[in-house]
Amino acid sequence: MQHGKYRFIVGFLAVPMALYVILVIWPFIQSIYYSFTDWTGLSPDFTMVGFDNYAKMLDDDIFWKSLQHSVLLAVLLPLVTLGLALFFAFMLNVGGRRRKGAAITGVRGSGFYKIAYFFPQVLSIAIVAILFQFAFDPAQGMINGTLKAVGFTDVPDWLGDPKLALWVIMAVLVWCTTGFFVVLFSAGMASIPKDFYEAALLDGASRFTTFFRITLPLLWDTVQSGWVYMGILALGAEGFAIVHIMSVGPGGPDYSTTVLPLYVYQSAFRDGQAAYATTIGVALLLVTLAFAALVMRVGRRERLEF
Amino acid sequence: MGSTSAQHNEGLGRRDLIKRSAALGLIAVPTMSFLSACASGSGDSGDDKVEKGEKTEKNPLAVNGSAPLEIVIFDGGFGTKYAEDARDVYKKTYPEAQIKFSATQKIQSVLQPRFNGGTPPDLIDNSGAQQMDMGVLVGKKQLTDLTPLLDAPSIDDPAKTVRDTLRPGIVEMGQFDGDPVWMLYYAYTVYGVWYSQTALDKLDATYPETWDDMLALCAKAKKQGIAGWTYPGKHPYYIPFSLYPFIGKIGGVEVLNAIDNLEPKAWEHPAVKAAFEAYYELYAKGYILKGTPGLDHRGSQGAWARGKALFIPNGSWVENEEAAIIPKDFKLSVGAPSSLDSSDKLPFGTIWASGGEPFIVPAKAKNPAGGMEQLRIMLSEASSKSFTSNTKSLSAFNGGTDGLELSDGLKSGVAALDKAGTNVVNPRLQDWYVKLQKEQIGVAALGEMMAGRATPAETIKKIQAFADATAKDQSIKHFRHQ
Repeated sequence: MQHGKYRFIVGFLAVPMALYVILVIWPFIQSIYYSFTDWTGLSPDFTMVGFDNYAKMLDDDIFWKSLQHSVLLAVLLPLVTLGLALFFAFMLNVGGRRRKGAAITGVRGSGFYKIAYFFPQVLSIAIVAILFQFAFDPAQGMINGTLKAVGFTDVPDWLGDPKLALWVIMAVLVWCTTGFFVVLFSAGMASIPKDFYEAALLDGASRFTTFFRITLPLLWDTVQSGWVYMGILALGAEGFAIVHIMSVGPGGPDYSTTVLPLYVYQSAFRDGQAAYATTIGVALLLVTLAFAALVMRVGRRERLEF
Repeated sequence: MGSTSAQHNEGLGRRDLIKRSAALGLIAVPTMSFLSACASGSGDSGDDKVEKGEKTEKNPLAVNGSAPLEIVIFDGGFGTKYAEDARDVYKKTYPEAQIKFSATQKIQSVLQPRFNGGTPPDLIDNSGAQQMDMGVLVGKKQLTDLTPLLDAPSIDDPAKTVRDTLRPGIVEMGQFDGDPVWMLYYAYTVYGVWYSQTALDKLDATYPETWDDMLALCAKAKKQGIAGWTYPGKHPYYIPFSLYPFIGKIGGVEVLNAIDNLEPKAWEHPAVKAAFEAYYELYAKGYILKGTPGLDHRGSQGAWARGKALFIPNGSWVENEEAAIIPKDFKLSVGAPSSLDSSDKLPFGTIWASGGEPFIVPAKAKNPAGGMEQLRIMLSEASSKSFTSNTKSLSAFNGGTDGLELSDGLKSGVAALDKAGTNVVNPRLQDWYVKLQKEQIGVAALGEMMAGRATPAETIKKIQAFADATAKDQSIKHFRHQ
């Protein structure tokens, strides 16, 4: 039954692979090529300049700041988001008190919570950013309004304060991504056989133990993929959109929220330095690859089959 | 055993495959591919210009009346009505010409690929937050020299050239290095300290002509719960609109020119220090509206229009931009920077006024004569009046306000220009070095100082370092005052 298997797979993959090479791999190679030129992006003329752009980048404080912020986002965001999502998903699916007729169940009203958590996912990231920009508005925003109503007089400037701005942005990112993973993990948990839980309950295992001994190990693949996915979101599109729309400048105040994709964008589309932007893009590519490789490597463990 | 299950074979498993390709794809797509989407085109299509028309008295630029014309306008604070009116005049003059007219807020994303591909439109209003970098456009020879337009007779009076009908400084602003004129600024903006005369009347005050009066007035306002100043904290590069002419007034135009020329230690001049310290005092004494560092331009202008703060550094577009919320009895006015003390080099009234809305004709435009002719039409008295009445702003055409009923802000702007006489300064950092002006000086330095997180001395040191880095960076084209 196995002969012809590879021909079968190749037949199916040829077209997508070709598209992938043309639309993804080839632009990569082009970008790397452009990073060795002085292309402005506003004129088709350019000359080769060797490693000039790379030398400039290594000597550029703003680049290092953006890198630092991007790495912080890539490390911290998955940790918080996935942690919260796991907790919520566990409570929604397994964490409830025992009720008649079912060995395991979610907390009361879990159906409603699932929708509530998923809701932010329905909104475009731009809308989320603009909504929160209003909410964090220091003068008329809802958040400071609430703080003032309960008696705080010295309310923070939020996005206007370099010490807080990046944390505000992270909080918004957590808010709008957690729901997706709650649903993803819920789906994963639904496929774990119920008898495992029943057996554990009969043995008198606590919810805590059930989570760490049954749920997490059996969900590990999903968690790992989620980790990579979330990290890439933080390094790429979502991190960019939120910072670009919400933060002062954008990227400020005082470069406190600037991230790599924003710096790529600004160099290419504001400063007319497309070649330098591709150079930062190459750095971003390396960071992203390193991140994915690290997560895959560290997270590797024996697969449990069920 | 199904052939797509890999549980018991070596090699490619379904899950592995999906996971790996997903991971690769996820990594790849968001990072870089968007950059190459605009990879440079061939660029040799620039020579197929349309044939010239016949040069006549009515048609000094030899426009080919049947050639198509493409215009792209920035749709910002001024709207597009004025440009549409002028387009209709062109259409009437050359009924055979097909005119493609479009308006966008995203000048750069719409036009950058077309510059790269060598097929730009014939006339562009290169303005707004997504303005294309002028230094790069000039440096890479992407623009047409507009000198023929300036030397052509004007529409209203053939005895005068277009050049003769422009406000002072407009032609010079379009020159970056030497004689060619690369752009024509169509709007004429008055920058300064904007306020409501009604609000001052309520405080029994007049516009403070000295800094001591300014501080006294702010103190008086504070007692009534009104802040002295606010500014767009998210875009602190508005602060220079009143701060730069203040520096020029204290130390003379040479100080501003040295700053524009990126001369070493230009920012260490005592006039800069004095001006910074004066502004910092506004923060230190609590005269800045609370929460200002987190407000964007609409937020701060809104707070100011609702009377929460007396003064805001801004440009004359603010009247049109906030038309919906500025109260009827506001009596919008603009003030020149107050005098610091009697040793100021320039008299009270010195103000920053300069061109806005730079129009360009790309070097590779197919119909450059048509683009220039369209500009010539826009610089007629009738078009200028249409602009002024539609936007409450002055145009580059000198005059053209007779017989119009001027709005409060516009009237005050005209009066301020009259008072200034020849004492009009025109700092160039914002059109020569966009990143330095907006992000580095604006957000990273002045924004921090006005929020009280950096002292004037620290701020000057920081800005000088940014300016030195810009001067040293060979990938940036450098300009000097001639």
